[in-house]
Amino acid sequence: MEELFFLQPEVVSALVKGFCVSVKLIVPSAIFGFIIGIIVGALMIYGNAFTKKIVDGYVLIFRGFPLVVQLFIWYFGLPYIGIYLSPFVAAVLGFSLCSGAYQSEYVRGAFLSVKTGQTMAAQALGFSKIKMVFFITLPQAFRRALPGCGNEIIYLIKYSSLAYMITCIELTGEGKIIASDSFRYTETFMVIGAIYLLMTSVTAWLLHRLEYRLQLPGFEQYS
Amino acid sequence: MMESLIILYGALPYLLRGSLVTIAVVVGAMLLGLVVGICIAAGQVYGGKWLRRIIGVYIWFFRGVPLLVLLFLFYFGLCSLLNINLSAFTVSIIVLGLITSAYQSQIFRGAIMSLPEGQLKAAHALGMSDRKAVMLIVLPQALRLSIPGWSNEYSIVLKDSAVTYALGVAEIMARAHFVASRTYEQLPMYFAAGIIFLILTYLGTKGLRILENKVKIPGYSS
Amino acid sequence: MADKTPILRIENMTKRYGDKEVLKDASLSINKGELKVLIGPSGGGKSTFLQCINFLVKPDRGRLWLDGREIIRARKKEIYGYRQKVGMIFQDFNLFDHLTALRNVRIALVRVKGMNKDEAQDRAIRELDRVGLKSYMHQYPAELSGGQKQRVSIARALAMDPEIMLLDEPTSALDPELISEVLDVIRDVRSDGMTMIMSTHQIGFASEMADEFVFLEDGFIVETGPPEKILYKAQYARTREFCSKITELYGNSF
Ligand SMILES: Nc1ncnc2c1ncn2[C@@H]1O[C@H](COP(=O)(O)OP(=O)(O)OP(=O)(O)O)[C@@H](O)[C@H]1O
Ligand SMILES: [Mg+2]
Repeated sequence: MEELFFLQPEVVSALVKGFCVSVKLIVPSAIFGFIIGIIVGALMIYGNAFTKKIVDGYVLIFRGFPLVVQLFIWYFGLPYIGIYLSPFVAAVLGFSLCSGAYQSEYVRGAFLSVKTGQTMAAQALGFSKIKMVFFITLPQAFRRALPGCGNEIIYLIKYSSLAYMITCIELTGEGKIIASDSFRYTETFMVIGAIYLLMTSVTAWLLHRLEYRLQLPGFEQYS
Repeated sequence: MMESLIILYGALPYLLRGSLVTIAVVVGAMLLGLVVGICIAAGQVYGGKWLRRIIGVYIWFFRGVPLLVLLFLFYFGLCSLLNINLSAFTVSIIVLGLITSAYQSQIFRGAIMSLPEGQLKAAHALGMSDRKAVMLIVLPQALRLSIPGWSNEYSIVLKDSAVTYALGVAEIMARAHFVASRTYEQLPMYFAAGIIFLILTYLGTKGLRILENKVKIPGYSS
Repeated sequence: MADKTPILRIENMTKRYGDKEVLKDASLSINKGELKVLIGPSGGGKSTFLQCINFLVKPDRGRLWLDGREIIRARKKEIYGYRQKVGMIFQDFNLFDHLTALRNVRIALVRVKGMNKDEAQDRAIRELDRVGLKSYMHQYPAELSGGQKQRVSIARALAMDPEIMLLDEPTSALDPELISEVLDVIRDVRSDGMTMIMSTHQIGFASEMADEFVFLEDGFIVETGPPEKILYKAQYARTREFCSKITELYGNSF
C-alpha cells in the first residue's frame, strides 16, 4: 500500500486533471504568444515611428516585469478598475503577452538576418513586395527564428506552474493539494517534477525533429 | 488618484526594504551558480565520459523542472526528509543557484570552447599542470567573454526571484501583495513592484557593462 | 551585327545620398544586341547606376524608356513587369539561400510569370544545362562554389527571357581560378545576341567583347567610346590615367 500511493485512483485522477489543465494553459498561450511575437516582431521592423514606440514600450514592460507580477496584475490588479477575470483566463492572458514579448525578439532578429541581397534579387526578378515576403523572406526568417521560439515554448511549459499562484489549480496546484493532504511532500513533488520534465523533454525533442526536417545547407544552427 | 499616490508613497520604504531581500537572494544565487557553473563547465569540457554524462543529467533536470516545483520539493520535501532546518530564504538561494548554475555552465562552456586551442597548449608547454592551466590561463579569458551572457542570466534570476514569494520570503513581490491586500490598491502596488524590478535589472546590467569595460583586454570583443 | 533601334534609353539619371550626388545626370542609350561596359574607379557609381536602371535604388531624377515606352516609376505594376524584362546579375550572386539551384531558377517563372510548374521545371533545367550545371540542380547555394553560384544566377536571369541584362561586376567576388568559367558563360550568352550593360574590372575580357566603354567617375559619365579609343586614345586626362593604371594591373589580352 505504502509504495502504491501514486497508483491510488484519487491521486491518479487528480494528477491527470492537473495535467490537463496545464496543457489547456500551455497550448493556447503558446499559439497566442507566437502570433503576438510575429506581429510585434514585424512591427519592430516595418512599423512607423509611432507603432515602434508602442511596441518598444510593450516589450520593455512585458520582458522587464517578472511574470508573477504580471499575473498578479491581471488577476488581483484588474478588479481595481472593475475588470474581473477568471484565474484561467488571467493566466492565459499573462502567459501569452509575456511569451509574445520574448518571441518578438527572435522574430525580429530572424527578419533582420535575411540579407538585403535576397530581397534585392527578388525585386530584380519582378517579385511584388507581398510575394517577396511570402516566398523569400518568411521561409528564411522562420528557419532562423525556430530555435529561439522553440526555447520560449519550453520556458512557457515551466512557467505555466506559476498559474498556481493566482489560484488556477493546474498540475503544480494539484500536487500541492495532494502533498498537503498526505504529507508526502518529497514524493509528490518528485512525481510532479518528473511530469514536467517529461513535458519539456518531449517538446524539446519534437522541436528538434521539426528543426531537423526544416534544416537546409547554409541554415545550420549551432546550439 | 491622489489618494493612491499617497498610499504608494507611504508604502515605498517598505517595498524598498523588500528589494534588499531580493538583491540578497539574487546575489547569493548568482554567486552559487557561478561557482557550481564553472565546475560543471570545466567538467563538461575536460572531464571523462562518465562525468560528462552525470553533468548532462544534472543540466537536463534543472533546466526541465519548473522553479516553483523545485522550491516546494526542496523546502517542504527534502529539508524535512533529510531533517535539516533551512529558512525559506536559504532554500530560495540554493534552488535559484542550482538552476542558474545549469544555465551559467553553458555560458562558460561556450566561452571556454571559443578560446583558441593554442592557449592551453602554450600553458602546457610552459610546464603548467592541467589545473593550473585552466585556473591561470583559460578561466581568466573565458570569464571575460562570459560577462554579457552572465548579465542576461542576472536579469532572468532577478525576475525569477519573485517566485520565492510562494515560500514566504519577504521580498518585493511578497511585500507588494501584503500592502495591496491591506489597502486595496492592488494595481498601483503591483505596478510599483514591476517598476522596481525594471530598475534593478537596469542597474545590474549597467554595472556589469561597466565591469566588462573595466576588465577588457585589447583584442577581445564579444 | 547590332541593329540600330535603341532598346533602352536613359536620360539624366541622378541619385543622391544625403547631400552627396553619387550619380549625376547620367544618360545612356543602348541598341539591341550591344554590350556596353561601365568602367571607373571604385565608388565611381557603377553599381548605383545599374541599380537605378532597375529601380532597385530609386533615382531622384531621370527618365527611362524600354522599347520606346517610357517606364513610369510610380506605377508599381509597371515596375514589376519591367523588371521581368531586365535581368540582373549581382556581384555577390544573391541566390535564394533556402532554395536549391533548380528552384532558384524556377521560382520566379512560377510565382512571378505564372508559368505552370512542369513547364517552368523544363525551362529551368534547360537553362541550368546551358550554364553547365544540370547535374548540380539539387544542390543548395551553400553547397556550390562561387563560380557555380554565379552561373546559377545567370541561368536564373536567362530563364525569365530578359530583353537586356545588367551585370554588376559578375566576377569580382570570385577566386581567380573560377573567373574564367563565368566569363565563358557570359561570352556564350553574348554570342547569342543578348543586350547587356556590365560593370567590370576585367579589362581584357571587356575590351574583347564590348561595343563601347563608358567611363564613370564620381557619378559622372566622363567619356564614352570604343574600347581601343578609351584605353589608348582617350580625350580626357582622368580617363587616360585610370586606363593606364588598370591595363597595368590586369594586363590586356587582345
Ligand atoms: N546606401 C548608400 N548610402 C550612402 N551612400 C552610398 C550608398 N550606396 C552607395 N553609396 C555611395 O555611392 C558612391 C557610389 O557607390 P557605388 O557602389 O555605386 O560605386 P561603384 O562604382 O560600384 O564602386 P565599386 O567598384 O567599389 O563597386 C560611393 O561613394 C558610395 O559610398
Ligand atoms: Mg559596385
